[in-house]
Amino acid sequence: MDWTQILAAGVLATIGPVTAGYALSAIGLNLQFGYAGLLNFGHVAFMLVGAYGTAVTVEFGGPMWLGLIVGIVAAVLFGLLLGIPTLRLRADYFAITSIAAAEVLRLVVRSSWAEPLTGGVFGIQGFAGDFHRLNPFPATELYGIGQFVVTGRALWVIVVGWALVLLASLFVARLIRSPWGRVLKAIREDEDATRSLGKNVFAYKLQALMIGGGIAGLAGILFALEQQSIHPTGFEPRITFILFVMVILGGAGSIWGAVLGAAVFNFLFFATDTLMAQLQANVDWIGTILTPAEAGLIKYVLVGVALILLIVFRPQGLLRSRNEGGADAA
Amino acid sequence: MAGAAHWLRRGTRLWLGLMAVGLVLSTPLPAAAQGETIGGTLVYRADDERTPVEGVSITVSQDGTPIGTAVSDAEGRWSVPLPGPGSYQVTLDVATLPEGVTLTDPATAELTNVAVIGGQRRSVIFPLGEGTTSGVTTYARIGALFVAGLKLGATIALAALGLSLIYGVTRLVNFAHAELVTLGAVIAYLFHATGSGPGWPLIVAAIPAVLLVAGFGWLQGRYVWQPLRKRGTAALSLMVVSIGLSFALRSLIQLFFGGLPVAYPDFAGQPAIDVLGIPMVPKHLATIGVSIAVLFLVSQFLQRSRTGTAMRAVSDDRDLAETSGIDVDRVIQVTWILAALLAALGGIFYGLNESVSYDIGFRILLLLFAAVVLGGLGTAYGVMAGAFAVGIVVEMSTLWLPAELKVVSGLVILIAMLLVRPQGIFGTRERIG
Repeated sequence: MDWTQILAAGVLATIGPVTAGYALSAIGLNLQFGYAGLLNFGHVAFMLVGAYGTAVTVEFGGPMWLGLIVGIVAAVLFGLLLGIPTLRLRADYFAITSIAAAEVLRLVVRSSWAEPLTGGVFGIQGFAGDFHRLNPFPATELYGIGQFVVTGRALWVIVVGWALVLLASLFVARLIRSPWGRVLKAIREDEDATRSLGKNVFAYKLQALMIGGGIAGLAGILFALEQQSIHPTGFEPRITFILFVMVILGGAGSIWGAVLGAAVFNFLFFATDTLMAQLQANVDWIGTILTPAEAGLIKYVLVGVALILLIVFRPQGLLRSRNEGGADAA
Repeated sequence: MAGAAHWLRRGTRLWLGLMAVGLVLSTPLPAAAQGETIGGTLVYRADDERTPVEGVSITVSQDGTPIGTAVSDAEGRWSVPLPGPGSYQVTLDVATLPEGVTLTDPATAELTNVAVIGGQRRSVIFPLGEGTTSGVTTYARIGALFVAGLKLGATIALAALGLSLIYGVTRLVNFAHAELVTLGAVIAYLFHATGSGPGWPLIVAAIPAVLLVAGFGWLQGRYVWQPLRKRGTAALSLMVVSIGLSFALRSLIQLFFGGLPVAYPDFAGQPAIDVLGIPMVPKHLATIGVSIAVLFLVSQFLQRSRTGTAMRAVSDDRDLAETSGIDVDRVIQVTWILAALLAALGGIFYGLNESVSYDIGFRILLLLFAAVVLGGLGTAYGVMAGAFAVGIVVEMSTLWLPAELKVVSGLVILIAMLLVRPQGIFGTRERIG
């Protein structure tokens, strides 16, 4: 058992681009779910729209800056398209429709019918060159100390990713402290009361869905740029559920909760992964009952159990006091 | 080193091997890209003389999405590069076979569940022999799709009915219902086809599977959902809990059952029989018949028995039912047992007609929701009607849509229905949003 290696895996994942991407997407979901009370089970679709918007634009000869704009605008518009018909529905119907819409989108993107545009099951590669050419750090140079080293290429994505997380957090914090944000929280606490005060509840929910969606679109773009390739399999519903765990873990309806939730979750997730791999390789009885692939599945079981236990025993998450509504009051 | 799943490791390739009885030789493929491929050599052998078959088109697809199509070369060789390891379907286009050459068994034109592991160049075999090919008429095609729709609808009806009943009595939208469907199919497989299992025929193996899942449903209702209800956890939080439960159970099933889909050996590759000029597979007809019989029994139970009546009463107005002396907790427990039982049966039928894997329940969950929303959340008869409507639309849509998008048509109905009439065809109107 090499505990430093386990720790290093957790820490590297926590500061790495994956956490930055998840944190960004979680900030968007937090605005929708934590502040507006929208049970958006199709959140991953916004990331898909953002990532494909950028990749397709660049693939068809557009410059990178245009790709970024197209990706974000497409994600915001997807929020508009999804929200107009569904936000008037009861909350449980909205949840079902949003996951159905996300699956429709994923199935269409991976179909051979859409292949000329999206690459079908093979996805799109090689659209991120311009982004990595802007990298001021030498791509193959190593940065860090001891076991905690990253390449210059990864460092560039990390810097950009966390800068975006910071900007998005400040942006959402500013929104929430505005009159607009107060109405949003009022809707979460009591929709009917807010409506009776003359607020257009539907418009506020729609705006929250679109803004949160735009932030998630940006997260999708970040993932795409980091991996330099996108596939429909990267946008399966499980991503949405992991994001829900992060938001609830950190505290739904708290500005830094989404970021903290993403960081804590990824630390535990990747440390558990390395721990299980080491147990599998080094402890005889575990090695005989589990193959490496099976040991890797344990962490997903734990994600599900964590979601249940969090909702039941600590619905307010790590950062929020119990008396402010949120998941429980939704 | 053996894995946890070693006692239920399966012989996926067994029945593919059985098809190798034919006249085709499979040779290692010409080296293509570094990645995985599926390929083979088409050879027609008569009187000990081997003739390569050229110009035959073969398509490899995954979950209905075509990955690529190859045409056999002058030596009969073909190969399709793959995006990665996984399970694929390989279909030989019978129309491209030369005159006088046909598959010795027409059912082998499509091989499902061809498993490919990392870096593998997988060979598959199509047994070719003498014979004539016959075209399929539009009438036969429409008829066959309609039967396929009834078959899918029957499966969805069984699985979705429980989802709706549970919502009716507890107001819980249970995403983990999908895993009851999966468990039914998987447990039946354990009793039916695993090397170390008892190896019972599928029909016998279905009995313990259904009973075990019914027991699991009761346990879940009694020890997960009842305590949460008593704590007064909000409905939306319960949905999130059910998502977590679904995710944990699905990963656990994958852990024990493995990630690749398999088929029940019983009734596999059943040839179609001709009924009124429409090709029908007997197991599909059996699925439809048994499902309708079960649905009829359930409706009789709901309509005539005391417990069934109580169930409908709790569904209509829980407080009123409680004040009139109905033991609501008991009714809810019976509903859980019934719901799980029906879901398991639906899962076994799905496994029989499609394949068994750790995520079949999750894959059809959205179609279940479509059926439930179409018929009206909480209704029983509405959901049965909704399920058949969804099944038929999904299958018939392949007349116009590519097969890989057929599920999309079901989801589009779901979304369209929510926009037009969110209470469902048979649901009663209530104030929304």
